Parts: sequence; structure tokens; C-alpha cells
Amino acid sequence: MRFDLHTLRALLQGDRQADRVVPPTGFTAQLTLFASGAMAFLAVFALALSLASGRLAQRWGDELARTATIRIVAPEDQRAIQTTAALEVLSTTPGIASARALTDEEQQALLAPWFGQDLPLDALPVPRLIEIVVTRDGFDATGLRLRLAAEVPGAVLDDHGRWRAPLVSAAQRLRILGWAAALLILGAVAAMVTLAANAALAANAQVVAVLRLVGATDSYIAQAFVRRFTLRALIGSGVGVVIGLLAVWLLPTGGDTPGFLTGIGFQGAGWLVPLLLPLICAAVALIATAYAASRALRTLT
Amino acid sequence: MPRAGAGVIELENVAYSYGGGELLSDISVKLAPGSFHFLTGPSGAGKTTLLKLCYGALLPTAGHVRLFETDVRALERDDVAMIRRKIGVVHQDVQFLDHLPVADNIALPLTVSGRHAEAAGPDLGELMAWVGLTNRAGAVPPELSGGERQRAALARAVIMSPDVVLADEPTGNVDWDMSQRLLTLLVELNRMGKTVLIATHDLSLIRAAKAQVQARVLRISNRRVQLAGADL
Repeated sequence: MRFDLHTLRALLQGDRQADRVVPPTGFTAQLTLFASGAMAFLAVFALALSLASGRLAQRWGDELARTATIRIVAPEDQRAIQTTAALEVLSTTPGIASARALTDEEQQALLAPWFGQDLPLDALPVPRLIEIVVTRDGFDATGLRLRLAAEVPGAVLDDHGRWRAPLVSAAQRLRILGWAAALLILGAVAAMVTLAANAALAANAQVVAVLRLVGATDSYIAQAFVRRFTLRALIGSGVGVVIGLLAVWLLPTGGDTPGFLTGIGFQGAGWLVPLLLPLICAAVALIATAYAASRALRTLT
Repeated sequence: MPRAGAGVIELENVAYSYGGGELLSDISVKLAPGSFHFLTGPSGAGKTTLLKLCYGALLPTAGHVRLFETDVRALERDDVAMIRRKIGVVHQDVQFLDHLPVADNIALPLTVSGRHAEAAGPDLGELMAWVGLTNRAGAVPPELSGGERQRAALARAVIMSPDVVLADEPTGNVDWDMSQRLLTLLVELNRMGKTVLIATHDLSLIRAAKAQVQARVLRISNRRVQLAGADL
């Protein structure tokens, strides 16, 4: 079967008479519809995972790259002095947009998940935390560490790089995994449609023989099957995508709290991406059926 | 421009082997335009094989088969399909699309060539009347009797107004009256200028035909074709 403009137009326009030459095959029709729908449903989740991972990698990368923390680990009588000294150092460090010491209430809120709300901070040797917001150009972490070592001996700089990189890398790999899963699903659609088309061609060997006898070209015969399977894949995957989108929409969200599991889904224009799936499934079905048909028809006289 | 004296179907020193054995050997036959031929011989002699060679369903293992002056080996698959629109074929075990009504089956060659049955309405109606199936137009093939199936097959074979009609044992499954009726239809086609080749082992059919039309009889014997009967 050749793919030229004429063939494509014939496929899109359809031919009521030509469509009738192949008898309706209930089982393979339902099988193709169901499998396409199920695959599209799974592909929606794979896409949701991939897009969410992409967003997460972006957010982690951006947010963590623009922040750093200093811990002031000093005896209680020195803590306030060293905190002030650290803030002085930071105020003269290029690349630091702002820096501030967390209040007792903020530190208590950070520790609350582990120690509860009534933690007496003054009774515990809790280090003072300084939150740093970095400019877009960034700062010289090594230089800052050296200055802090000289001027604020109790200060420990954490630029988040140690744990930011693997997190971003994990999120990016998860995104690749999502796309790979979507591609595998499309591959499975192709394999399934090829098998179903082969079965349909084998089941309709008499039909094909009659059509060849009366002068039907291979393209004509193939089109009758290709159009049918393409439409089934389009309809099945369309239904699968709609159900998949509904399911994603109904997933619980974490509100404003950023989280991975509660962040799986689509945002903005991302909701439009799954709408391409039925078209892609139909294209995959078209190519798979054309391939199966051309192979099968070559064996017939 | 057709070559002077060229046949619509020509077999030149054709041999056909199957499963290691030679079924047909050194066969040379030319079907002139408008001629009427019978192909006879015992069962298994190779009549059906020869007929299949005549419409490109099989390729010869040696020699040349020319359909409308083109060697079948030079034909692409789509070329073979186009040539089959000029050759109507009727098989003994005729096959239809069982899910379509008889009228649609008869119009199938029009459908596959892009000329839909609606456009050929009057022709289709006349053709159905010619083969006596007007009142069976809406029936599906499994509902037809043997004779009706053969007549439907004949109507399907000629709806494209082909130059050649090939019939393989067209009267094999019908009674004498029906076989005479089918023969009459084939003779009428020949009078319209169609080339007709009928494979049959029914000698009474051949005798009946020779009373109506100038027919040549080809006999397959020992893998070769000879002129038989009055043509010897």
C-alpha cells in the first residue's frame, strides 16, 4: 500500500461501498476498541507522570538553586553574636539577594513534625538558621565558606547542591521514564493492531480472494481494512483519553503544598497534550494495518 | 495498437509444475478475439490450472503467457488487477461476499473499480433480468440455489463488459435445464463479441454448444493440449 496524497484522502473521506466489502467482525472490532481505549488510558497517566516529573525537576532545580542555608552552631551566649556576624558577611557577599535569620516560631514550625508544637526551643541546643536567597548569577560558595570560617566559626553553609543534584536527576529520569512508557504503550498499540489486522485478513481470506478475482487492487483491499482499524483505534483511544483525563482530574491535589504524588496531573496547556493521543494511536494503527495488509496480500495471487 | 493476428490470451510453450511434478507441458494456445473455446479433459488433467494461467492467478514455470499482448511476468500486481477487469471469471465453486446481497455481489467489479452500483443502476437491472435474478436481488448468496449462484457469478463476470469470459465447469453443480440456460447466456456473450473459454468435462454441453456457435475444443491429455473432436 503506497502512502500518497490520493491514498490519504481516500482514507479520510472513506468510501461507503468500499467499506462494505469487508464483513463486520464483531470480536476483533471490540478487541481493537477495548485495547486502544485501555492503552490510551494508560498513556494519559504516563504523560501525566512525565509532565509532572518535568515540572518537579524544573521547580526543584529553580527553587533549590536560588536558596541556601547557614546553620549557626554555637554556644547559646554566642549564637546571637555569630548570627549577626554571619548576616554582616552575607550583606557584603556578591550574589546574595537577601538573608535573614529564622525566628523562633519559624524554627519551631520546622521541627514540629518531629517534636510536636510545644517544643521549648530555648531549652534545646537548636542551631539558628539563616535563610539565604541567591541572585540569578549565584554566589561563590567556596569563597563564602572561607570568609565564614574566618569570621563566624560556628557557621556552616549548606548550598543545597549535595542533595539538589540527585533530586533533579531523579525527577528528570522519571520524566524520561514517563515518555518511554508512553512510547511503549504506542508500540503495544501497534503490535496489537498488527495482530488484529492479521487475524482479520486471515479470517477474510475468501473475501480477499473474491476481491482479487474481480479486479481489486491491493491498495483497495488494504484500504478497506486500514480504514476500519484506524477508525477503531481512533474511537477506542478517544474514549480512553477522555476517561483517563477524567481520572487524572479527579486525583487528589495537595493544594498549595508542593508534593510529588499530589502533583501528578496536567497544568495549563498540558491538558491539551493527551488530546493528541487518539490521533497518534490512529496513525500507529494506520501504519500497522497497512504493513500487515501489504505483507498478507503479497502472499495472495 | 493491437498486433495483427494477436490473441487476447496467448500461451506459448507454457509449462507449469507443482510439488515437483509437471502438470502442464509445452502448451501453446491462442484465444483470438471473439472466439469460443472449450477446454476439456479428465479430472485432474490441469483444466483449472490452465484457466488460472489465463487470468494471471498463476505464473508459468516455463514459456510465456501473454494477456492482451503483455507478458504476465512483466505485470505488477496492480496491472494484474486491471487486466482482471477485462477478463470475467466464473468458477465451479463460485465464491461471493456472503454478507452482501446478490445485487451488490454482482456489482462488485464496478465497486472495486470505483464505478459504484448506483451509477450502473439500469445496467445492473438489465443484467439481473438477463440472468433471471431480478427477484433475488436482495437475497444473500447462501440463500441461492446452485443454478442461481452460477448465474449470479456469470452476471458478476460480465458486468464490466470484459473482453474475455473464462468459465471453469460452470454447469458442474446444476441440472441439465440450468446448464442449457447458462450455455445460452455464454453463447449470447460470444455473439456480442466476447471471447469465451469454458473448461468442462461435460461432452453433452460441448455438443449442445457446437449446435449454436462455432466452438473449438481443446483437450488436455498427458499434460499437453490438443485440438479435439471435429477440430482434429
